[in-house]
Amino acid sequence: MTTFEISTGRSVATTPAIGAAREGEPLPQAASKISVRDFSFFYGSAQALHAISLEIPDRQVTALIGPSGCGKSTFLRSINRMNDIIPEARAEGSITIDGTDVYDRGTDVVGLRRRVGMVFQKSNPFPKSIFENVAYGLKIGGIRNKRQLSETVEKSLRRAALWDEVQDRLHDSALALSGGQQQRLCIARALAVDPEIVLMDEPASALDPIATAKIEELIYELKDNYTIVIVTHNMQQAARVSDRTAFFMLGKLVEVGETKTIFMNPREKMTEDYVTGRFG
Amino acid sequence: MSNSVRRRVVSRIAEALCALAVVIALVPLVLILGYVIKQGAGSLNWAFFTQMPKPVGEIGGGMANAIFGTVVLIAIASFLAVPIGCICGIHLAEYPHTRFSSVVRFAADVLNGVPSIVIGIVAYSLVVLPVKRFSAIAGGVALGMLMIPIVVRTTEELIRLVPSGLREGALALGATRTRSVITVILPAALPGILTGVLVAIARVAGETAPLLFTSFNNRFWSTSLVQPIGSLTVQIFTYAISPYDDWHRQAWAGAFLLVMMILTLSIVARLAVRRLERMNRP
Amino acid sequence: MHRHFDRDIDELKDLLLRMGAMVEDTIARSIRAMTERDSELAESVIANDDAVDRMELLIDQKTIELIAKMQPTAVDLRFVASIMKITPELERIADLAQDVCERVVELNGEPALKPAVEVPRLAVEAQGMVRRALDAFVRGDADLARAVIAQDDVVDALTEQSFRELLTYMLEDPRNISRAIRLTFVGKYFERMADGATNICESVVYLVEGKTIKHAVPSVAKPA
Repeated sequence: MTTFEISTGRSVATTPAIGAAREGEPLPQAASKISVRDFSFFYGSAQALHAISLEIPDRQVTALIGPSGCGKSTFLRSINRMNDIIPEARAEGSITIDGTDVYDRGTDVVGLRRRVGMVFQKSNPFPKSIFENVAYGLKIGGIRNKRQLSETVEKSLRRAALWDEVQDRLHDSALALSGGQQQRLCIARALAVDPEIVLMDEPASALDPIATAKIEELIYELKDNYTIVIVTHNMQQAARVSDRTAFFMLGKLVEVGETKTIFMNPREKMTEDYVTGRFG
Repeated sequence: MSNSVRRRVVSRIAEALCALAVVIALVPLVLILGYVIKQGAGSLNWAFFTQMPKPVGEIGGGMANAIFGTVVLIAIASFLAVPIGCICGIHLAEYPHTRFSSVVRFAADVLNGVPSIVIGIVAYSLVVLPVKRFSAIAGGVALGMLMIPIVVRTTEELIRLVPSGLREGALALGATRTRSVITVILPAALPGILTGVLVAIARVAGETAPLLFTSFNNRFWSTSLVQPIGSLTVQIFTYAISPYDDWHRQAWAGAFLLVMMILTLSIVARLAVRRLERMNRP
Repeated sequence: MHRHFDRDIDELKDLLLRMGAMVEDTIARSIRAMTERDSELAESVIANDDAVDRMELLIDQKTIELIAKMQPTAVDLRFVASIMKITPELERIADLAQDVCERVVELNGEPALKPAVEVPRLAVEAQGMVRRALDAFVRGDADLARAVIAQDDVVDALTEQSFRELLTYMLEDPRNISRAIRLTFVGKYFERMADGATNICESVVYLVEGKTIKHAVPSVAKPA
């Protein structure tokens, strides 16, 4: 397996043991936004994640791929501690954002979730108006000033590429929008509180191809301003949209690296088998 | 006869039996409604709504105070039952598996089955005896206690039915659990909860026994909460067991009015559900 | 709808055209070196082959990356496939120009063979074909591509004619043989450049119309 190493002077590392969670290449120049060290997660006595170590760079899109049940969604939800609501859930190890471990004893989880937004697989707009949906995060954050709310709502809807379609019906029910529009509304809602990181759990899996393409283009534009981590079961989507890809399997991180490497020339045979579709 | 023909015949017979069962079930309802309408509709006039009962023996008069009383009692009962029932229901939905919740749920179910006259006696000992006086409040308390289990169960069910995605969405935006319940889950469940309240009201609007020794009765116009107050059901009872024909006539009118009220409440509840559901899922 | 991959596609197109410009320049210099008997120019062409090779590798790398990331379909897919076919053709054409220059250096060691030789005409024809093939690619002009393909017959005829002429020189005087043979090679190189241009045009037709016309009957290069 050779690569054309014209533009980058990187060297290909030796193959590490399968299942070991390790980087294969030195990082590109981007700083690391999220630092995961030996992170394990348990549902009661069942271990869902095994000592994951991973760096997620700032202002890039990192995709998490792997077969069903491999732990990628569990890992994603651990970043903003959404797994806390599950009874008997336990975490070990650390996930550090900008130097602070989110699993520290004194962590303000509510504040964490304002910095780390989330978009879910099935779009979940509140049964309120479009405006109220986007303004929700702001209002519970204490912002009441009408002008400030309007401005932020407009800015968020523009960022989510939805403003043009809804600007004259902001007070209509959010549930009247199409599936793709609802998902972009949820993205706008998450962006409204100005997070630094946006987590997306299979954001386009319930959408038709055109809506999916719009979401993918949106993600590409958003990475200028936000760090994005996206879980997807659609490998081609991961290839199209992400800068780095991490392959999970049975709760372990098998391989992580630049997306083009993972899809052109992965180090691990397991990764190659998965990416070529040789096993599901 | 061939297999498919036999199956079709059996199917037809079964359909016919089902239809027959429906008809039989409807018969009492139709008879009651019909009889009440026949007996009471004619007597329902303007005087009935606006006038007070006349002294014994005189013809005419109305049930204005009783109608007003029923409304007041229902208001007091709702004021009591809705907050308690809703908060209780929310707690049961939020913490469904604790010991405490199982106990509360069981208690609500038992309370649901307690005969209304027993509830009346309890309200009597709680509210009437200490002050040695019948009052509207006592009647409201009795009816409220009857309403609580219905509101609790309905609220719990409705909150459970709210898709978990909404809750997650709220939490992910940095809402605390309480905030998410109050600002997102409760509003989403509100249509159903209101319907549950309407259903509970329809149930207690027709109660007589618990009112007999709590709000008692009052032939005169009363707005005081600490005095006995008239109610439609008790008034009907009083008139019905009296020896006077005119009072019998008015009792029928009252019964007709009561049935109409409950019927209307049920229909409104139905329509409200459908309309609010459409708002939530266009 | 705006697609961020459009930028990558434009970049690939741009790289190919830059490579094409480099190759056209190389051909032009090799022709000048030949007609003006300029060994220095010939040597400089031989030394500069690296640049074109590096372009080929760069384009290859970027093309594969684009396929991995974009999973192109329809016209995008045909575009990428065309790039992958045209790039090695251009590289071969550059190599042929280099070969020409090597023979030129050797020829310049002896006095020039009689001027009336068809090889320069042949060279100019081939050069024109390469330029027009690249034009056809830029403009997505399948008709121009077909015209260039038809022109290959002219080049073949010129090659044959030049060979016969060189043959007579060889028969006339054995001292002409080494120069005549070298000139025959040069003619062959230009003829193969023309073939390369033809292959490029076949890719252009595939890109624009989705039709494969290679391996068709040579003189009937018309829509199948």
